[in-house]
Amino acid sequence: MFGYYLDLALRSLKRHRMLTGLMVLAIALGIGASMTMLTVLHVLSGDPIPGRSAQLYYPQLDPQDLKGMTSSKEPPDQVTLIDGQNLLRAKRADRQALMTGGSVPLMPEQSMLDPFYVEARYTSADFFPMFEAPFLYGTGWTAADDDAHARDVVIARSLNDKLFQGANSVGRSVRLAGVSWRIVGVLDKWQPNPHFYDLNTGSFAYAEQVFLPLQTMLELRLDRNGSSDCWGNSGGGAAGILPMDGCVWLQFWVELDTPAKAAAYKDFLLRYSQDQKTAGRFQRAPNVRLRNVMQWLDYNMVVPDDVRLQTGLAFGFLLVCLVNTVGLMLAKFMRRAGELGVRRALGASRRALFAQLLMEAGVVGLVGGVGGLLLAMFGLWLVRQRPSDYAALAHLDPAMLYATFVLSLCATLLAGLLPAWRACQIAPALQLKSN
Amino acid sequence: MQIRPIIAALRRHKAGTVLIALQIALTLAIVCNALFMIRQRAAKLSEPVGIDTRDLFVVKNEWVGQPHDIDALMRADIAALRQLPQVVDAYATDSEPLGGNGWDSGILHSADQRRETSHAAQYFDDDHTIGVLGLHLIAGRNFRSDEVVPLDPQSPTEPPVTIITRALALRMFPDGHALGKTIYFGPGTKPSTVIGILDHLHTPYTIASSDSFSDQSALMPLRLLANHSDYVVRAKPGQLSDAMKAARNSLFALNNARVIDPETGVIDYGTLRATAYARDRGMVELMASICVVLLAVTAAGIVGLTSFWVGQRRRQIGVRRALGAKQSDILTYFLTENFLISIAGVVLGTVFALALNLWMVASYAQDHLPLIFVCIGAVILLLLGQGAVLAPALRASRVPPVVATRSV
Repeated sequence: MFGYYLDLALRSLKRHRMLTGLMVLAIALGIGASMTMLTVLHVLSGDPIPGRSAQLYYPQLDPQDLKGMTSSKEPPDQVTLIDGQNLLRAKRADRQALMTGGSVPLMPEQSMLDPFYVEARYTSADFFPMFEAPFLYGTGWTAADDDAHARDVVIARSLNDKLFQGANSVGRSVRLAGVSWRIVGVLDKWQPNPHFYDLNTGSFAYAEQVFLPLQTMLELRLDRNGSSDCWGNSGGGAAGILPMDGCVWLQFWVELDTPAKAAAYKDFLLRYSQDQKTAGRFQRAPNVRLRNVMQWLDYNMVVPDDVRLQTGLAFGFLLVCLVNTVGLMLAKFMRRAGELGVRRALGASRRALFAQLLMEAGVVGLVGGVGGLLLAMFGLWLVRQRPSDYAALAHLDPAMLYATFVLSLCATLLAGLLPAWRACQIAPALQLKSN
Repeated sequence: MQIRPIIAALRRHKAGTVLIALQIALTLAIVCNALFMIRQRAAKLSEPVGIDTRDLFVVKNEWVGQPHDIDALMRADIAALRQLPQVVDAYATDSEPLGGNGWDSGILHSADQRRETSHAAQYFDDDHTIGVLGLHLIAGRNFRSDEVVPLDPQSPTEPPVTIITRALALRMFPDGHALGKTIYFGPGTKPSTVIGILDHLHTPYTIASSDSFSDQSALMPLRLLANHSDYVVRAKPGQLSDAMKAARNSLFALNNARVIDPETGVIDYGTLRATAYARDRGMVELMASICVVLLAVTAAGIVGLTSFWVGQRRRQIGVRRALGAKQSDILTYFLTENFLISIAGVVLGTVFALALNLWMVASYAQDHLPLIFVCIGAVILLLLGQGAVLAPALRASRVPPVVATRSV
């Protein structure tokens, strides 16, 4: 029966090329536009660290003074150096890392290379195991190295390729900011998207090339960048100067393996805030948050509003295309009232006619899906030409490829329901008579 | 015009009628909201920047390490740039209009004020800035060279004199007398006297969150001694690309302990401006193309369904023609029919459009949709419907009366 219906569907579609073409085109346009935007949305709202995002938390405290306070206000997005160091040393979580970003000049030993700036992450030892950064050679530094202000550096694969032509460079040295550092590890290609652990440096397609111990950075007063928010009379530090105590400028992440530990950690944060208030450092009542990775990304609205709007627009467009297809399909099915009447008179059940007509809708959906896929690929190519930071990430993955066909087929079958049902209501006798 | 029989006929095609009306309604809802967004973004693209971008370029310089006497190095760089034969003038700053990065802060009437009176971008500049950028000073005077002093990044920004834009002046002093008055660039700072008013000067930012103060800027006669500085250079007319090459070479000849990115380190202002507005321009292009395709799809749908109806009613048309109806009667019949359906769609679409806009106001901080955009959208769709129905209607009008006598 399936083969027969398919044959009937193809014959019927061939007979009205113009109408069929219009339907396929409408479906393809709608699917193409919505899949393009859905893919961009999918890429942007993806999990940067699958499998671990639920165990990684971002504690927030409120060390600000009383100026401009409102009751429902969220605490600042980063921590001060004092709080960061306190929480780091408290070691109340399974793992914890304090960090900030910057850029440091690199003076290559090879004289044919000019000095250049590299993006740096200043952090502490737990960073690498906590975020599962993959090592090509060597390992990260240890907590003891943090305490000793070791001049150890972990470099990215791209930098290793540039400086050492990809050879194992562990144990060799590199000159950063006028100081010699020992390479302890080389990271394999690693670029979590979004750049969740520090959203100030650009949310997408951003990767550091060197990782340095934060404690050593503080000692050497290396350049930092990213955001710093200050209150009272604390000025925002410029290049070469660290922000003052009344500024938040560091990110602090903890790993808490069970929900119970997360609850206990939140209690700890409340107690810590209360202690700081008692000691006179904090002025506000304890106001803490503990968000995991996806909650943190959501809170920061990492997906640009423009992309959400465009996605909504694309789906509105798909809806119009579908209504359009319903109309065209209705016209097409009703025009064949005579033929359907004959089939009914010869004993075909309504169910059989319905199945036959839906098969026709399905064929339109599949062809439209192929067209939509091509249009989506073209659309994504257009997106990649745009100068936004996420542009390079806009690629169709297998899941979205599959989704394209499912969406296309479901949408057209849905669009075929009403016309098919209407066509099945035809009284066979009436149709036979008029012929 | 006999509307009654048209409505009676439409009753027999409920599903088709409802579908066309629905499609027109949805299209109207999307198109008029999109038009409104296009209008807003386009307004942003054409907002005054205040500077003459022709023959202007920027050199982004970063010192390697932390040199001790940045002031001397910077002054040497600027002197070298000003001496180039292809260059008219140059100055050093931390940021430039539309550049993307910069300083901005609340502007106050007094040093102990808690809430800011207004907000502005602050540019570190010198007495050459107005000439290099081609700004229009509408009142007051430029900085004198003896007023330009170096500023350590650790110290607060509190220049004794400042030049502000008219937009900022009006926000701070709504009576229009800003010249000679004092403003504060932050709590606890010293006052700055307004010595000049600029016609326009855009902030470094083009992101939506900074739109509220896009033309509120202040010039400060301070040389910021930071590791990174931008040199804004005006080339002689027609010598832009030569000047850009010469600038890089002369700076490296002077001192090579610096980084000027080989690709983005020297950038002409046209490119810089295009980059700043690329996102808004992209949104306008996307919205516009979606609108066009959407209207085309809707038109195709109307053509398709009407053609079907014409085919279905050939007998009836033939009978009407045989009974004395003229070709124009048949034509107006179909045009009127479409007009009635379109009106219903437009009414429904207006409701959809306003609902969609209310949702966007709530979720995306969009502005309320002015009714004029609904009207424009409605006119477009009514015309589109009439245009789309014209071809099938003409075909219908050419149905010969003799059809009535034949069996189909």
